[in-house]
Amino acid sequence: MRILLFLFLAFTAGSASASGFAVNEIAPGIYVHSGAQEESSPQNLGDIANIGFIIGEKCVAVIDTGGSIVIGRKLRQAVVKATRLPICYVINTHVHPDHIFGNAAFKDDNPVFVGHDKLPAAMAARGGNYLNALKRDLGPATQGSEIIIPTLTVKDVLELDLGGRRLTLKAWRTAHTDNDLTVFDEKTQTLWLSDLLFTEHIPVVDGSLKGWLSVLKEFPGIKAHHIIPGHGQPDPPWPQALQAESDYLNVLLSEVREAIKHRQSLQQAVSTVGLSQRDRWLLFDAFHRRNVTAAYAELEWEDND
Amino acid sequence: MKSFILSTRLALALSAILYATHPLAADPDPDPAKSEIWNKVKNLLFEERVIITPGNDIITLDAPVRAEDAATVPISIKAQIPQSSQKYVQTIYLVIDKNPSPIAAVFHLTPDSGRADIDTRVRIEEYSYVRAIAEMNDGQLYMAMRYVKASGGCSAPAGKDQEAALARLGKMKFRLENEVALNRPNLAQLMISHPNNSGLQMDQLTRHYTPARFVKRIDVSYSDKLILSADVDFSISENPNFRFYFIPREPGDLKAEVIDSSDLKFNSYIRVEPGKTAAGS
Repeated sequence: MRILLFLFLAFTAGSASASGFAVNEIAPGIYVHSGAQEESSPQNLGDIANIGFIIGEKCVAVIDTGGSIVIGRKLRQAVVKATRLPICYVINTHVHPDHIFGNAAFKDDNPVFVGHDKLPAAMAARGGNYLNALKRDLGPATQGSEIIIPTLTVKDVLELDLGGRRLTLKAWRTAHTDNDLTVFDEKTQTLWLSDLLFTEHIPVVDGSLKGWLSVLKEFPGIKAHHIIPGHGQPDPPWPQALQAESDYLNVLLSEVREAIKHRQSLQQAVSTVGLSQRDRWLLFDAFHRRNVTAAYAELEWEDND
Repeated sequence: MKSFILSTRLALALSAILYATHPLAADPDPDPAKSEIWNKVKNLLFEERVIITPGNDIITLDAPVRAEDAATVPISIKAQIPQSSQKYVQTIYLVIDKNPSPIAAVFHLTPDSGRADIDTRVRIEEYSYVRAIAEMNDGQLYMAMRYVKASGGCSAPAGKDQEAALARLGKMKFRLENEVALNRPNLAQLMISHPNNSGLQMDQLTRHYTPARFVKRIDVSYSDKLILSADVDFSISENPNFRFYFIPREPGDLKAEVIDSSDLKFNSYIRVEPGKTAAGS
């Protein structure tokens, strides 16, 4: 009966929409909501990242919760619509506000909140600032959004059992941030990369440029049928989807190194590096200069002279 | 001299206390003269003295209108006059109104600095005025300022890789930006590897917290003559970085001594010879 119900839902919930909030079942039991390719605003209320959930036979794991409690609630409605099973895990793939500020919408479900071993420290360091920015930039509608710190953390690899469905969580070394976590669903061979992969939306460096490039080298070796990027269309071709991001990060690496070698200041580098990449990405003007800043601060410590 | 250093330390500490009584002021006041924190800082540092504003004839401040990365906001202070023994910028105060400790740095300069230009990088907590106040050797005060917006959802003043920052603590690097020429101002860069964190990141809910650990004092000399000294705190970005000028009269050593809040001392020097560019640690 349960299996029948599951199949029924699998076929009917293909593109469920709760008050304009669409989730797509990209593989059996894997539901993804695509966020807008925008910066967070009072209009989108932080609905800018790809978030979703995975349904097992016993319970559900939510993966990222959106940029405010409003988005978290919509995601929760989508879960309730798709299944009667309880939510046992809320997994945060990293500290960024567009992935964690919907957590509070799931508090009453008493799930186990799961994250990278370094996520609690990052939340403690940034939480206050993120809450101020949320209030200032997104407005009063986001009231009730909270930083919820994970009680189950992953240092290397952790397996979660949703009942007949095993998820493998992997904590990565510093790349997009210092607390990136990926989720792999064995059953459908779905690799939830979150912000380790940006497509369309310009990648954002908030951890280590060199670390990220080295992590990217490991990805093509991973066999996967479905990929979920943190930003950009879900289920892109694999591993071809890595190419654009890898190109951009390599341009950043080589041009910032050149700038430092030629004694350009940070300010000069910020206005000259990587401009050839502008037309390839959405939100280039919002994040590129920041990426150059981060790359410069990292690379100036290389022993190159 | 000693009592002056003590008083600047005291000012830094006091400014943190002042702020604590106004932890989360609402939207920034568009009128820079009406900033409450600034008025307190002003009274604390300068009492009733006149501050010439804008002080463009003496000092300018450049900062991005939009802080791309709140953890690393480049600030460029430029003096509009050379340092001469008759007339020179003696002190530059760097103030960030809305930071937990608004007095980010107090730089002391000498005629041997050549130019009172300083580039550094700061953390900016919220939308805020950033101000540089130059105090001349005759006591006159000039101010330059910019309003900076911290931006981007994931932009945070905290560091990016907390573990890596601690692992490299204390490493230093000097760079000369051009071939050295004697008897004129030469540009140098001092890089200090230090997490420079505020310790404000403690959270009762977590077992993780970061104790305060930041660079508090920097002294740079050339051939044993003072070039630049600075009282600084955690408003300066992780891995504090300073670009400044010095005038070498003869070949010699450019030296830096750095003290952090745990009273650890770090030293670095670089040999300076005409016609050479160099980096040292």
